[in-house]
Formats: sequence, C-alpha cells, structure tokens
Amino acid sequence: MYAVFKRELFSFLNSMVAYITIGVFLLVSSLLLWFFPDTSVLEYGYAELSGFFNLAPYLFMFLIPAITMRLFAEERKEGTFELLITKPVTLWQIIGAKYLASLVIVLFSLIPTLVYFYSVYQLGYPTGNIDSGAVIGSYLGLFLLGSAFTAIGIFASSLTKNQVIAFAVAVFLSFFAFSGFDSISKIISLQSFESTIVNLGINEHYLSISRGVLDTRDLIYFISFAAFFLLLTKLTMGGRK
Amino acid sequence: MSISVKNLSKHFDKQKAVDLISFEAKPGRILGFLGPNGAGKSTTMRMLTGFLAPTAGEISICNENILSNPVTTKQKIGYLPENTPLYTDMYVKEFLEFVGETYGLKNLVNTINDVVKRVGLTPQQHKKISMLSKGYRQRVGLAQAIIHNPQVLILDEPTSGLDPNQLVDIRALIKSLGKEKTVVLSTHIMQEVEAICDDIIIINNGKLVANTSLEDLKETHYPLSLEEIFKKLTLD
Repeated sequence: MYAVFKRELFSFLNSMVAYITIGVFLLVSSLLLWFFPDTSVLEYGYAELSGFFNLAPYLFMFLIPAITMRLFAEERKEGTFELLITKPVTLWQIIGAKYLASLVIVLFSLIPTLVYFYSVYQLGYPTGNIDSGAVIGSYLGLFLLGSAFTAIGIFASSLTKNQVIAFAVAVFLSFFAFSGFDSISKIISLQSFESTIVNLGINEHYLSISRGVLDTRDLIYFISFAAFFLLLTKLTMGGRK
Repeated sequence: MSISVKNLSKHFDKQKAVDLISFEAKPGRILGFLGPNGAGKSTTMRMLTGFLAPTAGEISICNENILSNPVTTKQKIGYLPENTPLYTDMYVKEFLEFVGETYGLKNLVNTINDVVKRVGLTPQQHKKISMLSKGYRQRVGLAQAIIHNPQVLILDEPTSGLDPNQLVDIRALIKSLGKEKTVVLSTHIMQEVEAICDDIIIINNGKLVANTSLEDLKETHYPLSLEEIFKKLTLD
C-alpha cells in the first residue's frame, strides 16, 4: 500500500496539478482576506479569521475535485488500472493509498494559511487577542471537511473515464452535501424533519466544530461520511468485474 | 501443473466471451494462445490474472486459487496486459522501483539493474516512459512482468508493434524465460508461434478449437501450414 501511496503523492508533486490548485487556493483566500475591502480583515476591524473559514469550504468545493478527478478516471482511460490491480495489492489498499495521498495535498494547502493566523494574532490589540481555541477548531473542521470532499471526489473519479465529468460530478455532490441539506430543510412540507435533514449536511457539523467544541458526534459524522463514499468507490470499481 | 483451467466461462450480459474452456500449461513450455480478434484471448488472460472474475469455472495457478487468495497468487504471476499500459509520467527506473515495491522485493537497486540489462533497456534507463518509442515501452512492460521472478508469465501480444530487429531480441528473451517458467502468450503472428511456442491453443468465438502441442497440430493437419490450419479452424 505504501508503494501506491508514494507513487500517487509523487505523481501529484511531479505534475503541475498540485502546485496550481494549492497556488490558486492561497491566492484567492489571501486576496479575499487581506486585499478586497468587502471581505478584508483589515477593514472589518475585529481580530478573527471567520471570513477565511466561511470562504474556504467554497474554494475546497472546486479545488479538491480538481485534485481527485484523475485518480481513477485516468487509470481506467490509460488502462493502467489493469496493471495496478494485477499486482499483489487489494482494491481497498489502492483506494486507501489514493485517498491518503490526496489528503496530504489538502493538508499542504492548509499549512501555509497558518500565516494568516499568525498575522491576525500579531495585529490584535493587545497582541494575541484572538480566540485561538476557535481557530484550532476551525482548522480541524476544515480538514475534516476536506477529507469528506476528497472521498466524494474519489468516488466521482471512479464513475467515469472522463476527468471533466468526474470533476463536475464531484463539485455538484460536494456542494449538495455541504449546503443542499440546509436548503431542502427549508421546504415547507418537510419542516417537521428540519433538524434531522440539516444534520445530514456537512455545514451543520462544520459549524459545530468551528465553534471550538469537539463533539464526538461531529467526528463520527465526518468519518462515516468519508467511509461511505470510499465504500461506494469500492463497489463501483469492484463491480466492473 | 502451473496453470490449470477447468470449464472457464465469462459472459458479458448475453454474449459468451469465453465459453467452457479447459486447458493446462506446464513449466518449461511456452503456450501460444491463438485466435481471431474478439475470440476471447484477452478476456481469458484477464481472468487468469485476476483482473476479471469468471462467470463460472475454476482457475488454479501454482495450486493456488486466484479468487480466494488473490494477493498470494498475484505474487506468482507476471503479467503484460494488452497494449502495454504504463505510468507514462514516471521514469523507467522509478516505475520499476514502484512495481518492485508492490511485490515487496528486497535489494531493489540490483534487481532493477539486472532486469534493465536483461530486457535491453540500458541505453534508455534514465528516460521518462512518455519519451520512449513503442518498442522500448514494450520492454518496460516485459521488465515489470519479470522483475519479481514469477513462476508464471502471462503476456498479451508481447510483440505487437515491434520492428524486425526488436522482434528477434524479444522472442529470444521470451524463449529463454520459457526454459524455467510457465509462459502463456497470445499473438497473431504465425511465424512467431513456429519460432517459440511448444504448445498451441486456438480459440474461436470463446470456444476451444485446438489444444495440443505444435508438432501434433501440424501432424494432424498435414500438409497444411500453420496459417492454413488457423484459417480452417476459425473460419466457419
């Protein structure tokens, strides 16, 4: 499994895909957080990063599918999946290795944003006047959200040989999982199930973790969410036999 | 028996791609797998290597069942898929290292150097796979199939797209590998069959139409040439 993980990670790092997606993520988030007056921390006047954490899920929604879209789609198009699966590795190991390699890329995109935290920490009056607990919680929440989107992306990639379709499906599913359930719960006839439906969506759990309180229910939600999509991936790839 | 296949079938919806075939392959002999395009050669090879699951029938490779013990069985097989799929974004040695690691090989540096020499890749060994010509890619494909010194080699059209000089080299390599291993290869070139194969299997529309040694096949159909025998068996 380590061999497959290493290959996937190096393949990300040797192609421009990882650098461009991480670069775009950092560029857009920096512009919105520091330069554009409507959303800038400097204009806002309070030492907090909530602007960044509200925005990041929407950036991830596009960038994570861009990272994951090739994982299985390309292997099937080039025929290399046949090469890979006839090596002594199981399908679970392949899926796990690809999943972990993409998560490392997501982590790489988050690490540089710690600079934002440091800057706001220094800019606070007095210095350090920022709710660090909430920031740590938000980072954890963002990482878990990224892990959920990555699982969706891998599943979308296993559906088709076409990377563009994989990308589009992953963006739609990520968007729906993030905020679709909130919107559905507002339908009048479903009002009686409102809280149940809202609880199915990622946003509810993301917000809950972002408050800085780590509830095991949220953690279990994210783990089972990712496990569910990885299981679907195994079914679509294994079902081709 | 290194490979033993009993009543193997594969159905895609209603189409019977492979229909109740049985055969055996012995160590030290090269088995040529012949048949027109679409006869079920690749499908059979894909079932032997665990890429496709059979609809019915049994496959035993070195007395192991690939369906119940896929990982240990795959360890014993070297497989070159049709059209030689490779990770073209990798360098030759990097790719062979990756393949070696999936087999859990030790002493990889020496193993890779040996296998590179054996398949004649030395001049191209520092290149990216995407830069290589068809013939050299074919050699990389062979190298990844033999790197772990498997008992069973399954080669799907190993010589397609090679120039005459490369053909001679690759055939000699396969012939030397066939001395100790069980080799199954598919091909459309009859001269190749005469040059390297010991046993012959011909399939047509998923059914076995011949399963014998090369000499016996020629004797039974004397004085027809191999090409005429092939036509006679598959054109009806």
